[in-house]
Amino acid sequence: MLTKRIIPCLDIKNGRTVKGVNFLDLRDAGDPVDLAQFYAENGADELVFLDISATEEKRKTLADLVLRIAEKVNIPFTVGGGISSVEDVDVLLQCGADKVSINSSAVKRPALINELSAKFGSQCVVVAIDARQIDNEWKVHLVGGKIPTKLNLFDWAKEVETRGAGEILFTSMNNDGTKSGFANEALAQLSEELNIPIIASGGAGNMQHFADTFKLGKADAALAASVFHFKEIAISNLKDFLNNKGILVRR
Amino acid sequence: MKIVIINYGAGNIQSIKFAIQRLGFEAQLSDSVEEIQQADKIIFPGVGEASSAMQKLKVTGLDQLIPQLKQPVLGICLGMQLMCQHSEEGNTKGLGIFDVEVKRFSNQVKVPQIGWNQISNLKSDLFRGIKENEFMYLVHSFYAEKCSEMIAETSYDTYYASALQKDNFYGVQFHPEKSSDAGEKILENFLKS
Repeated sequence: MLTKRIIPCLDIKNGRTVKGVNFLDLRDAGDPVDLAQFYAENGADELVFLDISATEEKRKTLADLVLRIAEKVNIPFTVGGGISSVEDVDVLLQCGADKVSINSSAVKRPALINELSAKFGSQCVVVAIDARQIDNEWKVHLVGGKIPTKLNLFDWAKEVETRGAGEILFTSMNNDGTKSGFANEALAQLSEELNIPIIASGGAGNMQHFADTFKLGKADAALAASVFHFKEIAISNLKDFLNNKGILVRR
Repeated sequence: MKIVIINYGAGNIQSIKFAIQRLGFEAQLSDSVEEIQQADKIIFPGVGEASSAMQKLKVTGLDQLIPQLKQPVLGICLGMQLMCQHSEEGNTKGLGIFDVEVKRFSNQVKVPQIGWNQISNLKSDLFRGIKENEFMYLVHSFYAEKCSEMIAETSYDTYYASALQKDNFYGVQFHPEKSSDAGEKILENFLKS
C-alpha cells in the first residue's frame, strides 16, 4: 500500500538554510546538504527546498545547490521559489531536482503549468497554493501569503489539476506558524474534489496534528519546518506514533 | 567496468549518475550505438510521456539496438514501460522485450501514484539482501500488468508488476536511485550481477 509521506521543508537564502536550525550534532546546520542528509537518514520521505533569496545570481546559486544535494541525497526532493519559466525548470531538473514547485508565477500566467507538464511530465510539477480563509471563503494569496487575489482556493486548485499539475502543496495562511494543527476541513475538500495528491502545509505543532491531517484532512503528505528543525518532533518518533494510530508510513 | 546510462533526453539522468557514484562506480551518459554496445552494464532511464520518448529512441536507432543487447540492461520507470509490448499512454508500441501490456491506473485512486509503496513476492538476484515488503519510491500513472516475467509486485488500484526480468533484461517501475539505502542496494546488485 502507498504510504503517507512526511516532508521537512528547508528555507534557503543565498545557498544557506535560513530559519534558525537547532542541530548541535551537525557539522554545519546552515548547509542545506548536511541538513538534507540528516533528514534522509532519519526517515524523511521527501524534502522541499524553498529558495527565498532575491539576488541577481539567484538562479546560478540555486542550480549549484541542487547539484550538490542530488550528489549526496538518496530520497526525492522538490525545489521552489521564484521559478517562472520552462528554462528555469529545465536547468533545475537537469541538475537533479525531482520536482519543482511553482506558486505566484502560475497565478500570473496559468499556461506555465501546461507548458511544464507537457515538456517534463506532470509528475514533476507541484503547484503550491497559499490561501487564507476570510469570511468563510478561502482566497488564494501571493508572495508568501501577503497579497490577496480574487481566486477561490477550490476553483484555482481544480484549474491547476486540469492544466496538468501532478501535486498540490496547500498552505493555509490561517494555520501557518500557529502550531495549532493543519487546515483539515479545506484539505479534505481538496482531496474529495481533486484526483491528484495533496500535500498539507501550515500549522504542525505536535504529532497528533499529523495523524489528524492524514485521517481528517485526507492529505497524502504533510510538510513542516520548525517542528523538525527545532527537534520538537523526531521523524522516527512521529512515524512510530502514526503507525500506532493505524496510518501506514515507511519505517 | 563500463557503465552507460542511455541518454535520450528523457528524465532525471543526473540522479542515477550520482547514485552510481555513491556506490563507488562511474557511469557515462551516451546515446551512441557504439558506446552502448561496448558497455558492460546499461541503464535505460526515462521519465515523461511514452510516445514522445519512443519517438526519441527511433531517431537515434536505439529502438532497434536495445532489444538486441546481450549485456545486463536495467530499465527504470518509463524505461521499463517502454521495454514492454504496448502502452496505453499515447497508444505506443513498445520494444517488446517483456510480454506485457502497460495500462493506466483507474480514477478510483489518485493519479499519478506518488510516494513510497512496498515491493513483495521478490523473485530475482536483483533483490539479494532486500526484505519482502521493502519500501520503494514510485511516481507513475501507468503500470505493467502482472505476468510471468514479474519479479516483484506492488498494490495500488490493483496488484501490478513493479519489476520484470527476462534473460539479461531487468525493469523496475520504482526509482532505485531515489529509494534510500534499499534502492541503492538494488542498483548495486545490478552493477555487481
